[in-house]
Amino acid sequence: MSDENAPEQKVKFYQKGTYTVGNRLVNVRQRSVQASMDRSNSLTCGHRACQGCGEALGARYAIDAAMRATNNQLIAINATGCLEVFTTPYPETSWQIPWMHSLFGNAAAVAAGVAAAMRVKGLKQVRTIAQGGDGGTMDIGFGCLSGMFERNDDVLYICYDNEAYMNTGVQRSSATPVAARTATTPAMGANPGNSFNSGKNLPLIAMAHNIPYVATASVAALHDLEAKVTRAMSLHGARYLHIHVPCPLGWGSAPHDTIQVARLAIKSGLFPLIEAEHGMVTATVPIRQPVPVTDYLKLQKRFAHLLRGGEENARKLAAIQTIADNNIKRFNLVRKEAPRV
Amino acid sequence: MYKPFAITLDVGSSLVNHTGSWRTERPVFVHRLPPCNAACPAGENIQGWLYHAEEGNYHLAWQEIMKENPLPAIMGRCCYHSCERACNRTRLDETVGIHAVERFLGDQAIQHGWSVTKAPPAHCGKVLIVGSGPAGLSAAYHLLRLGHEVEIREAAAKPGGLLRYGIPRYRLPRKVLDAEIDRIIQMGAVLRLSTPVTDLLEVIREGNFQATFVALGAQKSRWVDLPNDGSIPISDAIQMLRSLEDEIAPSRLQGKRVAVYGGGNVAVDAARSAIRLGAAEVTILYRRSREKMPAHSFEVKEAVEEAVQLKCLRTVEGIQQGQLVLEERVLTDGNEPLPTGRREFMAADLLILALGQEVDTDCCLAELPEINLLAGNLQVDATMMTGRDGLYAGGDMVPSERNITVAVGHGKLAARHIDARLRGTTYTPPATAKPATFERLNTWYFADAPSTHQPVLSLIRRQSGFEEVLGDLDESNALFEARRCLSCGNCFECDNCYGACPDNAIAKLGPGRGFAIKYDYCKGCGLCIAECPCGAIEAVPEEI
Repeated sequence: MSDENAPEQKVKFYQKGTYTVGNRLVNVRQRSVQASMDRSNSLTCGHRACQGCGEALGARYAIDAAMRATNNQLIAINATGCLEVFTTPYPETSWQIPWMHSLFGNAAAVAAGVAAAMRVKGLKQVRTIAQGGDGGTMDIGFGCLSGMFERNDDVLYICYDNEAYMNTGVQRSSATPVAARTATTPAMGANPGNSFNSGKNLPLIAMAHNIPYVATASVAALHDLEAKVTRAMSLHGARYLHIHVPCPLGWGSAPHDTIQVARLAIKSGLFPLIEAEHGMVTATVPIRQPVPVTDYLKLQKRFAHLLRGGEENARKLAAIQTIADNNIKRFNLVRKEAPRV
Repeated sequence: MYKPFAITLDVGSSLVNHTGSWRTERPVFVHRLPPCNAACPAGENIQGWLYHAEEGNYHLAWQEIMKENPLPAIMGRCCYHSCERACNRTRLDETVGIHAVERFLGDQAIQHGWSVTKAPPAHCGKVLIVGSGPAGLSAAYHLLRLGHEVEIREAAAKPGGLLRYGIPRYRLPRKVLDAEIDRIIQMGAVLRLSTPVTDLLEVIREGNFQATFVALGAQKSRWVDLPNDGSIPISDAIQMLRSLEDEIAPSRLQGKRVAVYGGGNVAVDAARSAIRLGAAEVTILYRRSREKMPAHSFEVKEAVEEAVQLKCLRTVEGIQQGQLVLEERVLTDGNEPLPTGRREFMAADLLILALGQEVDTDCCLAELPEINLLAGNLQVDATMMTGRDGLYAGGDMVPSERNITVAVGHGKLAARHIDARLRGTTYTPPATAKPATFERLNTWYFADAPSTHQPVLSLIRRQSGFEEVLGDLDESNALFEARRCLSCGNCFECDNCYGACPDNAIAKLGPGRGFAIKYDYCKGCGLCIAECPCGAIEAVPEEI
């Protein structure tokens, strides 16, 4: 049954393990890269990320899948940020792939250059990935990123979105959700936490560049994440993948809840899983077992002030629920269909 | 070595950084006791055999059952599956149909002629077993596996005890019963039929038996004395079920109005058999409410589907001029319904008593001074041994719940203690693991999957014959059912821990070998524990 050459096997919905990382009941090719004994472990042990780090998990998920998809012919360019700092304290590195760091804001530009160099050298098979946190991607590196998109450079840019500048002490970024407490948006005063009507939606902005591929993914949806990386690496030109990675330190969640928090972001509709090609949405992942946003918020201390009761808080919770409801409506996330995550 | 500007150290790997020192709690793989296993009176490792069955490895699954229970095709049909009432999956959708998969595996074994392959060790002792019911058969089987010689004495003309003379063939086809008994006999048991044991000590002396296991069952029907003018014949349910084994005359009760007095499984079996024998009207009379009926609710439901009528809260007070005199009872706050004095008359042609059974005090044990048989009082110790040294007993004879699975468990337990005795050692049951509760599962990873129900024989065929009521699961359904198992408390190698570790600190060892935790690097975040679907990893505080 687990024979490598067995014919494609229909995965029936009831099979136990359909949603788990591996499934010994389906043949090897259909299991996730993470279930494989010979996954590349691009990001290996000994890194200095906090306990339960979502970004460390998301980076290994994504880069291992890209390694599989490119037959291990991969170079990664890293923006400054947690991922860079906790993996490469001089002179150690946790990366088991060619990896390069330059500045906070120029990862997209450096990656465009690396991709050009590979082309000039005739190394067509060597593929380039740029990666960074939400700060390096959405704020500081945004100009370089937009340029990489509009030039359609042959790079997959992966943003690990933990919704603030975690490395420097949890300062607000343009990815910080409304009402969230950060070091620069404290939970005090008349309007505690990050202000409403702020921030931006980078996947939609990337789509507006009409690039070949844009997708969102989550550490709570491994099969979907791997499928998206694989799809991205099958295409050429500028591609963008936005991965939701909870940060126990910055979000005030328990380290063992990292995947559960990410899962609740999907189930509440606050983090929709979508896929778009050339500016058009091509697929969305329907929500299995939808939940209200409070289920997601209550696991995180950065939202604790919202859950202390009162009229004002009720109004804000309703506003956050509206954000989720609008996502569900916009992407038709609650529908009758067996989801793949 | 040349180094670029401002670089003084060689590149090294982060593997030198042992982040395991951050940890305050370590994850540890554990085995917890699944609720099905805990509930099985025969001590089956149900989660264990479902693990093999869901891979389609039916032979291995069957062998796993056979370690504990020699009668899977019978149990899958007739046991009252206490495992399914305990199943954690009931909290998600419906219980896993364990009995149906067990039956499927048992039938596969019969169909393919599977036998127990393990070669017995050198013959060790000689054991006498009196009674070939489920307890006796189980004891014989386990003693044979442990390398002993076994002789079974049976008073009836055919083996099986209650399985044959108490369970109607619409619940247990005789070819299944014969096949599973045969398999035990083929292992080398000596079976003597129509050989009642009267002088037990003489038989033991003559045969030079070193230990004896007695399981005669509870065969004597309770009787009640009624004011009776003789206008309605009275019979008892055990007698009726027994008579069905020898000969089935489909029209024996043609057109008769039959009343069955009692609310247990035997009463329901008798009522359903009466329907099949052509009775025009069959009524079960029971003195308490339907909810209090000791019969299993699915059997009562099937009986009602077959047109058996229920009259609860009634006692039979007498028989007058072809009518039963009934007294109505009324429910009170307490358990026992109170008589009301209101009389009611019910016409009937036959009254069948099914008021429970007792141990026959007039049996081969009656003469032994160490043994007290009165009022179901045959006491055995934790090793199933009676007051007499070397004499063991089990099944319905000894005080415990009376059903065939309990009997199989008794036989097994007695066999293990007899084995230890004959080898001059003692048998210590393995320590029981802590329970695998529902709260320990991460059920997100299990998709909804309602249970597959066995096809039920159409009503008309059920009412007119003794064909088996519940049909077989076909293979795809059996596989579906097996895969619904949540594997509570035991790793099923889903790779979640291996995948979910942000520190890459879990190593996968390969199929069947599970996982190892790299404690040099595990920071103790607990993600593997939280994301384990079956609760097979636990946090243990580190000594600091």
